[in-house]
Amino acid sequence: MLIDYLLRRADDALILGHRLSEWTGHAPMMEEDMALANMALDLIGQARSLYAYAAEIGGGSEDSLAYLRREGAYKNLLLVEQPNGDFAMTILRQFFYSAFADPFWRASMPSTDATLAAVAAKAEKEMAYHLRHSAEWVVRLGDSTPEARRRIEAAITKLWPYTGEMFEADEAGLVESKIAVDPALLAADWRDTVAQVFARATLSVPRDGWMQTGGRHGRHSEHLGHILSELQYMQRTFPGATW
Amino acid sequence: MSTPATPLWEVFIRSRNGLAHKHVGSLHAADSTLALQAARDLYTRRGEGLSLWIVPSHAIIASDPADKDMMFEPTASKIYRHPTFYEVPDEVGHM
Repeated sequence: MLIDYLLRRADDALILGHRLSEWTGHAPMMEEDMALANMALDLIGQARSLYAYAAEIGGGSEDSLAYLRREGAYKNLLLVEQPNGDFAMTILRQFFYSAFADPFWRASMPSTDATLAAVAAKAEKEMAYHLRHSAEWVVRLGDSTPEARRRIEAAITKLWPYTGEMFEADEAGLVESKIAVDPALLAADWRDTVAQVFARATLSVPRDGWMQTGGRHGRHSEHLGHILSELQYMQRTFPGATW
Repeated sequence: MSTPATPLWEVFIRSRNGLAHKHVGSLHAADSTLALQAARDLYTRRGEGLSLWIVPSHAIIASDPADKDMMFEPTASKIYRHPTFYEVPDEVGHM
């Protein structure tokens, strides 16, 4: 179903955008505070376009899809709901996601669905920058002081098991009609990007092991409920509130 | 002299083709790559420009405000250097 495919992308963008927005006013330096907020706004913009399209197809509205669904109805990757942790954890999460999302949207640009193609063209430019920015930081944290290196290595250990979920096959029918992109085909590209950046950072790529799964089907880690309680608070307390 | 972990950089933006880069402010960054990205993130959020120049602040040679009289006073009396000193014939039109 196209609507599920759209909600998976939209939920990824909304939840990761929300996570990044939690840094606003707390980043280690003003320059990075702005960089994280800019990336959050890119992602929330992508989520809005996708929710608006999903609402057009499946009913409801942009707001009801973002704010009024229950936890189990969200289809985002477990990766994007993981807590910010320290700066290394946030940057690595952004790098892992962008290294997937940038080629994903690039591959979506020739979609036979005109709306998806238009969203893809905009999102690809944004994610290309997220990838460049996060990759440069991964290099600087890895090839740096023992403290920075310890933190980025801890982040790799923690987040690696969440990377497999990105490449789970998605909506075969839509892939066949060239509306959707099969994420599984992007795995090799992603590995190349990670291997190149980790080599510059003098970090080692972990061996493949057991991977977390479930987010795409609404089975989430304990963190999503906490995100939603904050994200949905206003709409649930003052239904239909506008300003 | 010790170098701080995030030295100061000056940011110049060219807003459109054909215009010169103009100084817009400064920022702190660990190196030139991150300085360029920070300039993009801090100074181009509202479509301010098409091109960025980043210069290490220590590379800028500045005049001393105390030298102001010696440097800039003598020019005040030489109004004939201004092009407005000359009458432009009407046939020339806009210059």
